[in-house]
Amino acid sequence: MTTFTDTALTALHLLTELDPLLWSIVGRSLWVSVLATAVACSLGVVLGAWLGVARFAGRDVLLTVLNTLLALPSVVVGLLVYLLLSRTGPLGDLGWLFSLKAMVLAQTVLVLPVVTALTRQCVEDAERNHGEQLQSLGVKPWLRSVLLAWDERYALLTVLIAAFGRAISEVGAVMVVGGNIEGFTRVMTTAIALETSKGDLPLALALGLVLMSVVLMLNVCISALRRWRQRMDGSGTDPVQGVLV
Amino acid sequence: MSVALNLRDVSVQFGAHLALQGVNVSMQAGERVALVGANGSGKSTLLRVAHGLLKVSHGHVSVARDVTQAMVFQRPHMLRSSVLRFVVWGLWLQGTPWRDAHVRAMQALERVGLQDMAERSARALSGGQQQRLALARAWALQPNFVLLDEPTSSLDPHAKREVERLLAEWVAASQVSLLFSSHNLGQVKRLATRVIYLESGRVLADLPVDAFFNRPLGDSHPEAHLFLKGELG
Repeated sequence: MTTFTDTALTALHLLTELDPLLWSIVGRSLWVSVLATAVACSLGVVLGAWLGVARFAGRDVLLTVLNTLLALPSVVVGLLVYLLLSRTGPLGDLGWLFSLKAMVLAQTVLVLPVVTALTRQCVEDAERNHGEQLQSLGVKPWLRSVLLAWDERYALLTVLIAAFGRAISEVGAVMVVGGNIEGFTRVMTTAIALETSKGDLPLALALGLVLMSVVLMLNVCISALRRWRQRMDGSGTDPVQGVLV
Repeated sequence: MSVALNLRDVSVQFGAHLALQGVNVSMQAGERVALVGANGSGKSTLLRVAHGLLKVSHGHVSVARDVTQAMVFQRPHMLRSSVLRFVVWGLWLQGTPWRDAHVRAMQALERVGLQDMAERSARALSGGQQQRLALARAWALQPNFVLLDEPTSSLDPHAKREVERLLAEWVAASQVSLLFSSHNLGQVKRLATRVIYLESGRVLADLPVDAFFNRPLGDSHPEAHLFLKGELG
């Protein structure tokens, strides 16, 4: 118990004293995950919205593959991106391996199926319920996907937040492609894993607290968004669901 | 009068279920036709086929070249927008420039008495107001053929009367063709000039409104007679 209390106190000390090592790791983590989420959402929302409305041969197979990718272990993503970026790999000439760019790419690959699949489900539900009313106005499928995605924008914000939560809390992919290099590619999750194995529990716990705070902030954002949306709509229908990441 | 809509031997199949079976319906411009029948009889399917939302499994559908259609649904989907924008979007999607769409949208809102709510969220309106808004959007599109799928079935009596009054005003003022489904036989009497009775996807009676309600149907159309007897008690 004493060990735990001491560790917690030291962790709080590191946080309140604005320890430069700790906060540089936090800043790097946020930068990588925000960028990966932005790229994944830019691609995933468009792709998901289109999949939600489009009907074509092989769509069911594509959706099965997409849903399977949701459960892709992050270390496998790390391995695939590693193979792509390694010197002999197809993208080896970029020289991205063991850099922040590689970490952004890995997290993007990890999060893209999440954004695409959730957006697809969201837009497909909207299409099932209201698509024919837009069809009635002569709206073609591609424009319908855009309109329905826009109409579901608050639900898609939740998707964005869930994607960010998945990105910032993963450890395997960034460990493999980033190498966990101190002051360069070390992020919160890889630092927690390393410091724990080294026995530097206060730093690991402090980073864990920051990570938990980020996740907590995400859920607070979702709750605030839900309340705001209900107020704007004047009713409590179809609320944005909170997500646990 | 010219033929506005013609359905010839139309069948629609959903898996093993035949929603419409060999339906023949022809409508003249300016006619007001009510579709009646029990739930699942094919009324909504027929409306969707007539509006081009559903492909037929068999048969042929033709709509006159000069016909412009608009459809009002049982539960109109309110886009996440203001009341005004809801109408403007509809017009813009059909090619009306944004500025003109605003003017026409305001006129339509005034016509249904929602002009004071133009800036409110469309989703915050009551059921009756939402249906009036859906009518305003259909109105703003200036169609000459309107399809309505049970437009008042989910409304309270006051909202029902209000929507029906607006519909009556519309058809009286513009000679618009009307094809609508309804469970409300009083409404059918008031709005329609002709009644089509459907059962299990088949047209079993197609009569002028006066003949449907006031002449004995027992021998000529026994199914419609039973339906009327059941509905009117």
